Amino acid sequence: MAKIIVVTSGKGGVGKTTSTAALGAALAQRNEKTVVVDFDVGLRNLDLVMGAERRVVYDLVNVIQGDAKLPQALIRDKRLETLHLLPASQTRDKDNLTAEGVKRVMDELRKSFDWIICDSPAGIERGATLAMRHADIAVVVTNPEVSSVRDSDRIIGLLDAKTAKAERGERVEKHLLLTRYDANRAERGDMLKVDDVLEILSIPLLGIIPESMDVLRASNLGAPVTLADSRSAPALAYLDAARRLAGETVPITIPGERRGLFGKIFGRRAA
Amino acid sequence: MKFFDFFSKQSSSSAPKARERLQVLLAHERSSVGQSDLVVRLREEILAVIGKHVKIDRDKVTVKMDRGEKVSTLEIDVEIPLSAKLRAA
Repeated sequence: MAKIIVVTSGKGGVGKTTSTAALGAALAQRNEKTVVVDFDVGLRNLDLVMGAERRVVYDLVNVIQGDAKLPQALIRDKRLETLHLLPASQTRDKDNLTAEGVKRVMDELRKSFDWIICDSPAGIERGATLAMRHADIAVVVTNPEVSSVRDSDRIIGLLDAKTAKAERGERVEKHLLLTRYDANRAERGDMLKVDDVLEILSIPLLGIIPESMDVLRASNLGAPVTLADSRSAPALAYLDAARRLAGETVPITIPGERRGLFGKIFGRRAA
Repeated sequence: MKFFDFFSKQSSSSAPKARERLQVLLAHERSSVGQSDLVVRLREEILAVIGKHVKIDRDKVTVKMDRGEKVSTLEIDVEIPLSAKLRAA
């Protein structure tokens, strides 16, 4: 049974595209057929983060408008044959996404994939509402920072009101993915803690992704974090999050928190 | 941690402030979905009532809202010119 996931946040720059690529690759690494779909029409970037920017021929808008068939627009990942990308259009604007068109594409993808991961654009406009429209599961990407938490709260409200599931009286399963977390700064009281964000947003935690150089390194290389270095701290966190999405019970660990007294003193001096 | 705090330059941490501000803000935003224009409507209705009795300059009216944790306050400052007051009396 195919599952549609939307990766959303309201606020821009919190890590939606990075998380879409990393979770998509992590699920595909489990040998489950996965497609990542870029909904950011006009400002596409998932192709770049996935390292497929030079292979884009057709896009989501072409498929919706009937200029291309869905299989023609799907790009198969060179590293993982279970991973596919449906890019967004770079030249059109979001008005080219129609509700019926998106539904048709989603219905067709459901037939041949186990996981369909929709990378939402920032904001709460058409692109974002259409990206979440058919979702079974929402991954709400949040930074431990006031404006991101506020926007996530707004998005959670929309997920409960504007999705197809909500309109049928069902619930979209919502999960919090806390990104760019720095356990040392949280420990010093300079950053919201995991529990603070969880208490405020009150949705279950999918994972904590540590702030890390490995994330930028992976996007520089055009590889999902989980493929660039599968033993890096953010990769391990994303791999665990993917296992939780797939229904496994994996205890949550706070990355970078297991430091001894020496580490604490050293961390403090360095700051 | 107290011992280390003594050596730390920043004695007060900012995260608890962030947490508190968010809790108050979101409590308001969640409850006022669909009536975000509450202040605008209150201003219009209150001004209409005052306008029945005295002639007021609409530019001389300030409306302030302070969203607190337990209660919010709405502050309406209406400047009533002397001439208007005389007329009303």
